[in-house]
Amino acid sequence: MNRYPTNQRFTINLEINKEWYEIDILASDILLDVLRDKIGLTGAKPGCLNGDCGACTVIVNNQPIKSCLMLAIEAIDTEILTIEGLKDTPIQRAFVEHFAFQCGYCTSGFILICQALLLNDNNPSPEKIKTWLSSNICRCTGYKEIEESIRSVINNIKNQSIK
Amino acid sequence: MDIIGKGVTRKDAWEKVTGQAIYTGDHKETKILHVKKVISPYGHANIKNIDITKAEKVAGVRAIITGGNLPLTGEEIRDRYPIAQDKVRYHGEVVALVVADTPKQAKFAADSIQVIYEPLPVINSPIDAINPKYPLLHPDLDTYKKISEVFPEPGTNIANRTKIRKGDIKKGWQESDIIVEEKFSFSPSDHVAMETRCSLAEIRADNKVVISSSSQAPFMIKRLISDYFGVEIGNVIVNTPLVGGAFGGKASVQLELLAYIASKAVNGRLVIVENSREEDILTSPCHIGLDATVKLGCTKSGLLKIAEMTYLWDGGAYADKATDLSRAGAVDCTGPYNIENIWCDSLCMYTNHPYASPYRGFAHSEVLFAFERTMDSLSKKLGIDPLELREMNAILPGNSTPTQVQLNSSTVGNLPKCISELKKKMNWEEGQLVKINDNTIRAKGIACVWKTSTIDTNAGSGVILTFNPDGSVNVISGVIEIGTGTKTVLAQIVSEKLKMDIDHVKVQMEVNTQSTPEHWKTVASRATLMAGRAAIQAAEDALLQIKQLASIVLRAPVEDIDLGQERVYLRGDPEIGIPFNQLVYGYKYPDGSAIGGQIIGRGQYTIPHITNLDPETGAGKPGPEWTVGAQGVEVEYDINEYTYKIVRAISVIDAGKVLNQKTAEGQIMGAMSMGLAFGGRETFYFDNFGRVLNPQFRTYRPLRYGENPEYICEFVNTPQLDAPYGARGLGEHGLLGMPAALGNCLSLAAGIPLNQLPLIPELIWRGKKGSRL
Repeated sequence: MNRYPTNQRFTINLEINKEWYEIDILASDILLDVLRDKIGLTGAKPGCLNGDCGACTVIVNNQPIKSCLMLAIEAIDTEILTIEGLKDTPIQRAFVEHFAFQCGYCTSGFILICQALLLNDNNPSPEKIKTWLSSNICRCTGYKEIEESIRSVINNIKNQSIK
Repeated sequence: MDIIGKGVTRKDAWEKVTGQAIYTGDHKETKILHVKKVISPYGHANIKNIDITKAEKVAGVRAIITGGNLPLTGEEIRDRYPIAQDKVRYHGEVVALVVADTPKQAKFAADSIQVIYEPLPVINSPIDAINPKYPLLHPDLDTYKKISEVFPEPGTNIANRTKIRKGDIKKGWQESDIIVEEKFSFSPSDHVAMETRCSLAEIRADNKVVISSSSQAPFMIKRLISDYFGVEIGNVIVNTPLVGGAFGGKASVQLELLAYIASKAVNGRLVIVENSREEDILTSPCHIGLDATVKLGCTKSGLLKIAEMTYLWDGGAYADKATDLSRAGAVDCTGPYNIENIWCDSLCMYTNHPYASPYRGFAHSEVLFAFERTMDSLSKKLGIDPLELREMNAILPGNSTPTQVQLNSSTVGNLPKCISELKKKMNWEEGQLVKINDNTIRAKGIACVWKTSTIDTNAGSGVILTFNPDGSVNVISGVIEIGTGTKTVLAQIVSEKLKMDIDHVKVQMEVNTQSTPEHWKTVASRATLMAGRAAIQAAEDALLQIKQLASIVLRAPVEDIDLGQERVYLRGDPEIGIPFNQLVYGYKYPDGSAIGGQIIGRGQYTIPHITNLDPETGAGKPGPEWTVGAQGVEVEYDINEYTYKIVRAISVIDAGKVLNQKTAEGQIMGAMSMGLAFGGRETFYFDNFGRVLNPQFRTYRPLRYGENPEYICEFVNTPQLDAPYGARGLGEHGLLGMPAALGNCLSLAAGIPLNQLPLIPELIWRGKKGSRL
């Protein structure tokens, strides 16, 4: 009788929000589950576990990553940024001011995809914004409020840092 | 008014943009056990054998539960075992549960369970369901326990029939010069809340059953767990934190029962049942489908004389809330028009599809798609402008509804005003079709909407206000924060009533059924009315107590005491006064002695004069008021490719009074977006085994960023006199007319009647091809 799932564990160190964590994982553990269940960072949400909805988006080495599609073991030697690592940033303030959330479940992912875009390009075209943000799903808003939020940050960007 | 109507920042804003907002699935403790489901791969089958021997040997497995020895459940008709027994009736139905130490172990064991099915013939539509040649899905229908307001017909697949008989049908047809008849159909679809449904349960040594659930109805969970399993109701405690989108899908009680059953199987240990996205689409209740026939008669000048409708709802395998949906579809079985003669049979049909739960609009957008499309057929036949036809027949104070409620200007909004505003917003004079170039035309379609609620006649809502030593106040209400911002609106109401700074009004977002006063269910666009009225009463109750205490301290009659800026003072001499913070925890005299204590304000509201419907005529008062609106859609349509882009979506809604401009607009825009997705692209595709072929976001595609149109929201303000500040319900109303308006728009653009949903280019292509054959 195969008593799989295997229980071979690995001890790894991850750098998350500029802090180091030592954790025991299975090779098959996805980054999302490790963040939520082992580290307690529950801002990243499971929405589909299939890479379709973006609710679990985090930033790894300045790139947005759906943490349901990345193994935790692949995140060794990377810099991980989750929503808990953002403190009073322009994009968060813009989401509050423009009512760019309702239930809030997709919000962490949307803020991080916006933040990742702004980290990579501080003056993206509307077409580029669409390409990046269409990776995530928000079912409550009609997206207008999210569009207003990222545009307001872009408009102010010359005068302030996005971090 | 200082705070009512303002775009006050939501009370849940900062926890939601920082990831600190806690949802049901975020509560994980190390000792929790994980539950995974085995679900049916067929729409209809006998269960011949379930072999759990392999699964039992998987490390970490604590229990395996299959059907049998469980009570029948269902909110109106008890027709469903929480875990299938002998037979499965829909794709996704739960066949077994595995409880294990880790999610992986539970999943591995669940996948090791071998079930042998014998597939049976499938009912794949409500039209088939009513055909006696098809199988009977519930032969025991006559033995099921049920509530008295539901009317199943044993020996058939009819779970409920609601009849509307208003006026004189014969006379209506005699007076009609022009008659049209149209048929419509669409399959079930999904809510797509971003948070999949999730429940935790624990049965403690003192018999307390503690449940946490992502739910719109924790107080209903409490009742049903007690009813179904014989638990003393006071021992059931349900917690609901923030909910990640609901749209009606979390008003049904399902996973909570599984969590309870699983916990019981492991001696009451804490367990969690989480839906995968696929299970959320397949296993948990869905958005109802419909087959409809609408026949209308009017005079040569366009005055509606009669409406005759048959609605066959695709309630799915089990009745649960589907029977209630079919009733709501009868209550407002027409569009918002003055029609003296109405005949409607609204039937909830059993099929082999996932069963239905409420969906934003509660049967109204579905009925309106059929009815408003037929109105456009009528306008075409008459040669009268579609908006003019609707204006001419618009329901007005003095008219009566299909259930024969006599309306006044408080109980119904101003539809003619909504229509005239819509005309302006859509530049109606320009015409409905505008050529852009040789390949593209711009087309405009419209629909008028109305809705009342059909909640329980005695559904209530309570609010408690407690004060803090600094004079600030806590609002405690059973309303669930599902995303609508209602609790922020309650804070605004309390702030206005107590003349307090909104920042000093604190809101308890979480609900605990033991310590939070009941709000029946957070559904039906009724939270602002019911909890709002309760909040006003609670504020007045608190205020009276504050004034009474102040009267003693200030040595003046209560009637002479006024309030403002978190202070009470003598009206005749405002210098003599005392701040809230010296009163709300009792007043302490200089010598240390005290009088009074923490102020606790109480409020409760139940909508008065709501009645059941007469079983033969449907007469009765289902809800307190009808919100009305006029909506439009503009598309750019490619006449060669049959593709289209939705350019603008417009809603003019009579909101009574807008309490928070930003959250109101957000509700309308979000609902329009959802309605366009329902009308334009979302549906379940079934195969011959009744299997849903697209239970993932790659194949079931909600709108994404950039696919949305420009939104235009306009509000008319005809107050509902007994509502807080006159505010009508509006959480659902932006959705109601979108499928119909899109259907009217594309039917006009394509030049063929489009009477199915979703309105994908393939449907238009098939219609065009068919019309050429």
